[in-house]
Amino acid sequence: MFAHEFVRNAYLAGTFIALACGSVGWFVVLRGQLFAGDALSHVAFVGAIAAAVFAVNEQVGLFAVTLAVGAGMAALGRRAQADDVVIGIVFAWILGIGLLLITVLATSSGGGNGITAVNALFGSIYALSAGASSVAAVIAAAVTAAVVVVFRPLLLSTLDSELAGARGVPVRALGAGFLVLVAAVTAESTEAVGALLLLGLLSAPAGAAHRMTANPYRGLALSAGLAVVAMWGGLALSYGIPSLPASSAIIGLAAAIYAIAAVVGRRGRAPRRA
Amino acid sequence: MTGNPSLSLDLVSDVRQLVAFPFMVNALEAGTIVAVLAAIVGWYMVLRRQSFAGHTLAVMAFPGAAGAALAGLPTALGYYVACGAAALAMGGRSRPTMRGYRTETATIGTVQTVGLAAGYLFLSLNTEVLSGFETLLFGTFLGVTQNHVLVLLAVAVVALAALALVARPLLFATLDRDVAEASGVPAGALDVGFLLILSVAVAATSQVTGALLVFALLVAPPAAAQAITVRPLPGLVLSVAFGLVIVWLGLGVAYFSPYPVGFWTTAFAFGLYVVVRVGVFVGRGGARAAWTTRRGGWVVASPRAGS
Repeated sequence: MFAHEFVRNAYLAGTFIALACGSVGWFVVLRGQLFAGDALSHVAFVGAIAAAVFAVNEQVGLFAVTLAVGAGMAALGRRAQADDVVIGIVFAWILGIGLLLITVLATSSGGGNGITAVNALFGSIYALSAGASSVAAVIAAAVTAAVVVVFRPLLLSTLDSELAGARGVPVRALGAGFLVLVAAVTAESTEAVGALLLLGLLSAPAGAAHRMTANPYRGLALSAGLAVVAMWGGLALSYGIPSLPASSAIIGLAAAIYAIAAVVGRRGRAPRRA
Repeated sequence: MTGNPSLSLDLVSDVRQLVAFPFMVNALEAGTIVAVLAAIVGWYMVLRRQSFAGHTLAVMAFPGAAGAALAGLPTALGYYVACGAAALAMGGRSRPTMRGYRTETATIGTVQTVGLAAGYLFLSLNTEVLSGFETLLFGTFLGVTQNHVLVLLAVAVVALAALALVARPLLFATLDRDVAEASGVPAGALDVGFLLILSVAVAATSQVTGALLVFALLVAPPAAAQAITVRPLPGLVLSVAFGLVIVWLGLGVAYFSPYPVGFWTTAFAFGLYVVVRVGVFVGRGGARAAWTTRRGGWVVASPRAGS
């Protein structure tokens, strides 16, 4: 199957996106910010639609809108963690704007718009071009590297923000920076697995890793590893079974991993608390 | 009545235009029922900080509808089955306390994406429903029949009756779980029970607003109401009033404008919340007071405050 170029592109982009999702996701779950990630993923969808309406490059639109909202959420929240009511209301509103843009798109140009929306929502990793997949891989690798660089201070400020503050860690700035990282990952993986499904790549491998080990280093590595396994397996499954969409296969595998970890973890040691 | 509806300064004629078509009357009736249901159930949801769980239940409408279309069942049935199943899958795990909170959000997130992935799979297996795809996610007030309205009414009455039965113990368990458990309130069972009620409310709402825009009615009115008052009864009344304003304005304006009703309802919901927050902010004399009232209000009301 690697004889096909589109498969190689998908694997290149997919691997790095899974690495980024797994490592960022581990922190997202630890910090209890999945809802923010979820909201950002919907924002990414609106960004894609907006890019189509204003005829800018889709990737540019995605990144601009998602990063802006991520930064805005960080600024509004108290400990750079937005309140769940505010997230809920803001993202409903942004989706409403997305709906408006879809309507504008449908009435202005005509033709092929439903496809744009569906692709943005559910991704089309097998449709990535060679250039797009290299760009995706580079950005995802940069995000992963950023997580590794801020790993220790971010971990300390997540687990004990007062101690971190006392030791001179810029807790607020880190929290805000982290939300921006989440936004970058979200915008990045929207193209691959789609705005509605990327939450699974953020939550399932990370949730499984949290249930399997309390050690942060092993947990982060495990989370990234499991995400890559789900990505590779899902891509292969979807290649083998044409009627199975790639995103569904990837998410299905990730969820299966989480379910196994949940069952095994419950029998073994108690789930971590920190 | 012929031609396109046109807005004038004469309110009476506007309203007459609004109810000139049966579909619009049905939509208004359905919107009213849904607004009341969502505002009341949502009040508890916001108080329990379960917005993420609520959102997850909301998107379950998508696999529900896609699965029902694939199996040839009525769409509404699929909505209720999928939402109920998701509520049970999340079970007591979405407890609003901090106990093991992190893995719980991971469970909710995973349940949500599994549902969506399944929905996408159903959708790709059955190409016919693709046409109604955006309606599924963003809803339509315009396809509501008289039958729909009756079913919605029955569902809303049942859900609200169930909520009324557990209203007091649920409030107690929400505000102070430990004391409630100590005085014999089955908090764990209430968690699951409330999720089931929430799933029914969400399934009903999403038939009108679509899976993605449920929050316009489920979060905004209660959140605005709770910003104004922390007392349960006035809060619930305010919440319902806000919900009705959002739905009626949204439907009315959408009727006279070329843009979709989902956009208008979410815009009004957001606007209302912002106006209320700003109003409270100004009325109570600045940031500090607004924060203490909102954050600390419940602590004062709860039995624990003295200890």
